[in-house]
Amino acid sequence: MFIKEGIIASPGIAIAKALVYEKVVVEVSQAKHEDSAVEIKKFHLALKQSQEQLEKIQIKAVSELGEEDGAIFAAHAMILEDPEFVESVEAEINDHKFCAAYAVKIVTHRFFLIFDEMDDPYFSARAADIKDVGTRVLHNILGVVLADLSKLSENVIIIADDLTPSDTAQMDKKKVKGFATNIGSRTSHTAIMARSLEIPAVLGLTDITETVSTGDMVIVDGLKGIVTINPDASQIKSAEEELLAYQAHLKELEGLKDLDAITLDGHKVELVGNIGEPGDVIGVLKNGGVGVGLYRTEFLYMNSETMPGEDKQLAAYRSVLEAFPDGPVIIRTLDIGGDKKLPYLPMDDELNPFLGLRAIRLCFKEVALFKIQLRAILRASVYGHAHIMFPMVSSVTEVRQAKVILKECMKELEESGIPYDKDVKVGVMIEIPSAAITADIIAKEVDFFSIGTNDLCQYTMAVDRMNQEVSYLYDPFNPAILRLVKQVIQASNNAPGLFTGMCGEMSGDPIAAIILLGLGLDEFSMSAIAIPQIKKIIRSVRYEDARVIANEALNLETGEAVVDHVLESMKKLKINI
Amino acid sequence: MVIKEVTVLNATGLHARPASMFVQTAGKFKSKIFVIKEENSINAKSIMGIMAGGISQGTTVQIKAEGEDEAAAVDALVELINNKFGE
Repeated sequence: MFIKEGIIASPGIAIAKALVYEKVVVEVSQAKHEDSAVEIKKFHLALKQSQEQLEKIQIKAVSELGEEDGAIFAAHAMILEDPEFVESVEAEINDHKFCAAYAVKIVTHRFFLIFDEMDDPYFSARAADIKDVGTRVLHNILGVVLADLSKLSENVIIIADDLTPSDTAQMDKKKVKGFATNIGSRTSHTAIMARSLEIPAVLGLTDITETVSTGDMVIVDGLKGIVTINPDASQIKSAEEELLAYQAHLKELEGLKDLDAITLDGHKVELVGNIGEPGDVIGVLKNGGVGVGLYRTEFLYMNSETMPGEDKQLAAYRSVLEAFPDGPVIIRTLDIGGDKKLPYLPMDDELNPFLGLRAIRLCFKEVALFKIQLRAILRASVYGHAHIMFPMVSSVTEVRQAKVILKECMKELEESGIPYDKDVKVGVMIEIPSAAITADIIAKEVDFFSIGTNDLCQYTMAVDRMNQEVSYLYDPFNPAILRLVKQVIQASNNAPGLFTGMCGEMSGDPIAAIILLGLGLDEFSMSAIAIPQIKKIIRSVRYEDARVIANEALNLETGEAVVDHVLESMKKLKINI
Repeated sequence: MVIKEVTVLNATGLHARPASMFVQTAGKFKSKIFVIKEENSINAKSIMGIMAGGISQGTTVQIKAEGEDEAAAVDALVELINNKFGE
């Protein structure tokens, strides 16, 4: 028995026999050949086999995963037919007398590099497609037969280097109980697939394919991020118990879905979801979110090859608003610039992009673009409770400037006789310290605040949290951040009718929940899956107790002391995370 | 052999969707068709070649075709580019 630690990619516990899904590592020698015609024939036979396999996979993918996922395999088929690819392989065989396998390997790698080095997520994805297709052709040339994941006789845990879309598409989802792979991260294909199939997965285990053999008993613990190989009877027993406890926990959270987020002494708050695209509302509804606290509209722009027009935007906003007939939908206007760029909007390189022309600042420069979005939101506002939120506001002047442009859009619509909700709520994201400090001034101009803790923390502490050298300084529990949050909530409490939400990662953090509740936050917006857990905590505490805990936290000296204080208080109150 | 010069006008250049439209149109003709950008000659029927070609907005390229339907092929592709791929 031994244990390996990796990256938590998908929660849950799986206990089953391993199936080592070995690929690639087939050593292809640089062997020369005698007869080019024979090698070229081999290559074309492999192309034909690959085409047939892809057709089958595509049919299965379309029926099980939908048109969009199936389309990947049509793109794969296009690569197989690509004259540049086919001719390059033939040229290597003819000119350098390489065998078919080696020629395919080097040509695939050449194209992979061209696409992989392009600084654009669309092309990096194509690089993965090319590798996937190249590997398939190579296997067909060498006669490597992979385990057929569509025909499994018993439950298995798939052990692999990495899994590609064509691997996961053909899997028998009833028999596959877990994934454990050598490489991968929380955002890799395998992780995304595991979460959508609700299969536990631990990735980034470096050499799991070498330490496990097919038939070994394996426990994949996607809660702790560990894989136990050949566990003894007592370990299996305790894993089974943990699995039962986890299932009971899920059931309990599921039972909370339609209940209010209300404290034991009757203080009610709103739990809503952060979304990037209209399809994400499904997750919010499933987890009991009553609305959307942050709709990141930049994805609408980033996933498009050209500037999305007013009608296209209207359709997207409308579908989100209609999903929540009773709840708020906070639509954040375009937050681009910094690290996010658009292919069709040229932006100069800046020395300090995070302190540069981004979000509302960019929208003031590109007013025509800004107005298209505002008009689309206004037109959508008749379909629900639309809230317009301006990002990256640093002072009240910018709020007023944005409102002038919004008024112009309203006037234009009125003149054209197009209806919109005249009471549409207008708010700002509080993510720059100057805005937090002057929240009482800004309060006079808006209907709501939403605190963006990720940027607020970075700007307050002057820390780039992606920079590993300094990321340890990034700490939303630091009293500086808590005091700013309190200041913003107080400003909103002093202005009648205003509410304050939070849409940074902090609002989905179970340790932060009681403090934020106690500070008087009205609305918590988070990724959908975090909602049930936060609701459970809120429902198990008294507002009075939360206020005391929060006030005590404000006077502590460090972030660590705040976390310790919360954990201790929760223990005393018998609240489990 | 027919050659015509054309400047790419659509915002994204020959990326993603425009690239695949271009390659599919080229594929309908029997002639050998190439896109010539500076010194490089790219097979117009290759999606990988076209996408990797880095043909962005404002780039001027030559479309060259050789074969029985060369004139029609060049005209169709030039028109596609001039129409900004129907954007």
